[in-house]
Amino acid sequence: MLDMETKSLQAKEKAEVTSSAEHTRPGPTFVPAVDIFENEKELNLLADMPGVKASDLHIGIKENILTLSGYASPPEKSDETDILREYRVGKYFREFTLSEMIDQNKIEAQLKDGVLKLRLPKVESARPRKIEVKTN
Amino acid sequence: MIVRRIGTWPNWDWRSQFEEIERMRRLLESMSGPMIREPSAGVFPLMNVTEDSDSYYVRAELPGIRTEDLEISVTGNGISISGERKIPDAGTDAVYHRKERDAGRFSRMLSLPGQIDSAKAEADVADGVLTVVLPKSETAKPRQIAIKTA
Repeated sequence: MLDMETKSLQAKEKAEVTSSAEHTRPGPTFVPAVDIFENEKELNLLADMPGVKASDLHIGIKENILTLSGYASPPEKSDETDILREYRVGKYFREFTLSEMIDQNKIEAQLKDGVLKLRLPKVESARPRKIEVKTN
Repeated sequence: MIVRRIGTWPNWDWRSQFEEIERMRRLLESMSGPMIREPSAGVFPLMNVTEDSDSYYVRAELPGIRTEDLEISVTGNGISISGERKIPDAGTDAVYHRKERDAGRFSRMLSLPGQIDSAKAEADVADGVLTVVLPKSETAKPRQIAIKTA
């Protein structure tokens, strides 16, 4: 039986990473949750990075390693005092190894409502091709 | 150092206990780095609440949630946030490699330590972060009392 009711969202603490290299800016680093799906033409990556502005987001590709890093600055003004603190803000960092089939020059990125959307088109030769079988 | 009010212990309500724990945690965190900690309510969305002399500020991270799918209501000293996070369908020909982002409904209530002026409440979503500004009602604001000198 399929559950027809809409699932209710569960609260999740952000996953924190401890990297070997020390950061120049102190504070926690989180792993953004991602969805990755592909179709014939492209690979799509969606990453949740709430609080990150486009200017504080860095997407880099070096030797087939795709690096996503972002920084969410604390939104509080200096005269605000805490009553309740359930989540923390800080940096986001995650890396992926890309296969050869991504056309690295055609990658498109869009950041909207705290969600990064990356479109990674495949190179022509990597697209699946239907082979016709000829019959004489 | 930390002084525990053992003498007043039976009079504590949950909020003051929580505040005490939270204060201790922040003190420890400031001394020795972050501590591992469970979500205090365990209900989506997790919230941060702050105050200044005029208002309470309620913040929550709601990436990818459209404002039309979000409902916020305010009562005397409480706020309720509910809505739905929708994740667009990737299409029939799409194959998923990772699916870590969840879609679904959510609803959460939160009571604030004081009364709020619900008519002046304002909400704003920027970069996937919701900020609700709840001005304190006149009775809840701290008041400077002038001392009369004869």
